[in-house]
Amino acid sequence: MEPAHQNIALHVKDLHKAFDEKSVLKGVNLRVPRGSIFSVLGPSGTGKSVLLKCLANIVTPDQGRIRFDGCELSPGNSTARDAFRRRCSFLFQSNALFDSLTALENVALPLEQTTHLGTQEIQTRSREALRQLEMEEFLDHYPAQLSGGMQKRLALARAIVTRPELVLFDEPTAGLDPLRRNAVFAMIAKYQRQFHFTALIVTHDIPEALAASDRVALLNHGQIAFEGTPAEFSASTNPVVGLFRDSPDALARTLSEIRSNNPTI
Amino acid sequence: MLHKLGRWTLRIVHGIGDFSLFTGRSFCALAKTRRILRRIARAVHEQGTVCLPVILIVGIFTGLVLGLQGYHVLSRFGSQGLLGTLVSLSLVREMAPVLAALMLIGQAGSAFAAELGIQRNTEQIVALETMGVNSHGYLVGPRLLAALIVFPIQTAVFAILGIWGGSLSGSLLLGVDPGVYWSAVHRAVEMRDLRECFIKAALFGLLSMSLCAYQGFHADRSISAAGARAVSASTTRAVVLSSIMVLVADYVVSSFFV
Repeated sequence: MEPAHQNIALHVKDLHKAFDEKSVLKGVNLRVPRGSIFSVLGPSGTGKSVLLKCLANIVTPDQGRIRFDGCELSPGNSTARDAFRRRCSFLFQSNALFDSLTALENVALPLEQTTHLGTQEIQTRSREALRQLEMEEFLDHYPAQLSGGMQKRLALARAIVTRPELVLFDEPTAGLDPLRRNAVFAMIAKYQRQFHFTALIVTHDIPEALAASDRVALLNHGQIAFEGTPAEFSASTNPVVGLFRDSPDALARTLSEIRSNNPTI
Repeated sequence: MLHKLGRWTLRIVHGIGDFSLFTGRSFCALAKTRRILRRIARAVHEQGTVCLPVILIVGIFTGLVLGLQGYHVLSRFGSQGLLGTLVSLSLVREMAPVLAALMLIGQAGSAFAAELGIQRNTEQIVALETMGVNSHGYLVGPRLLAALIVFPIQTAVFAILGIWGGSLSGSLLLGVDPGVYWSAVHRAVEMRDLRECFIKAALFGLLSMSLCAYQGFHADRSISAAGARAVSASTTRAVVLSSIMVLVADYVVSSFFV
């Protein structure tokens, strides 16, 4: 099912990016509906993070168009890019927290530097963001003093404190155990509904992404091989989708074959 | 051979241009950075208060040695009375700006380069930029501004302690009359010497801190190392290049004043 045209927050058209002759993105097309959770799935090394960095203006694409809320984000249009940065947040895979600042200072920093709010208002909003993410007991803690899950929550608090319209998540569950992966996706879904931002998540955790997302896309060899709802993804007969989606079954079959050929193992 | 020379020249010209743009951008971005005074105060503390003990120790011992060596050289010509002139002019014109800058590079500059290198490595700088915060204005600009304030002050402290150290070794240990020593200092140091001293100090501060910032900020550009080794390589490069450039700039500025 195609999303309505007027309800598209982010529109990516024919995006290309190469590094030293190595082509990573080969004409990516995406339409992310406003107020939705959109997950980009795909195996490692297919350019998911590069796609996200192109969208966040960290990497400049070689070719293609990115439109946010109908506004073209071309490399030469610095006004549109600056405006986009004020309306967008990026949650890094590594969290990228400022290690010499406390949790409260980390959250307050984007407000201090990008808004004209007074000190009192900044403090109130920062504390509120941390409270909503159940971090109010750790205001004076440095990132190194927090657990991995708390660091993720702190990074999310920093991302949402400016009340962005779009939040880009770069592999938010990388390196986490299944319980924590569920918790992170649940947290994203909860706060997306609470703050009504559009969430674009890059991940390779299929079950969690299918459960939490409104739409999913599969990036394979630098191109979108599939885009649709989680139900359409699950029912898809696309061989690339099948290969990625049914990888646990494929592993079980391979192991079964190995065991039957080598009964002593 | 010619091809290599051309490529080498182009790389140097590109490096100088890039460095100049980096410094200019860091100053210009200060205008857009909010709550800048707190950042400047922190940078002044890092380069000033934290580095003061090193400046005090090196300053006083430089003066002590200068007094000792100067006395023995001057006594060959029976001119011990000129010890104050020798110590004060050596310190004010050359030694205080250069040695204070080298000490500050070793302590504050290396720390600055390493901090920026780690921030680059852990994506903190990219994170700032994705938030719409100008990383040059937030991280670099305040430190450059602080260097323009702190380096001249530290140089003055270095020179005063050095002259006092010279009087200690000359008067207390070697028997030069303190009145003669301080009168020679008073007569020798002119306003143009002080002007040369402070111009050098401010220039060395700006040059060295910019170089340290540039190396740390671009720690990820290293082609020979990555990760922690890239940070250590950029820090080493920052200290070595800054120290060399201070000596080169010292020669250039001195040639204008002499």
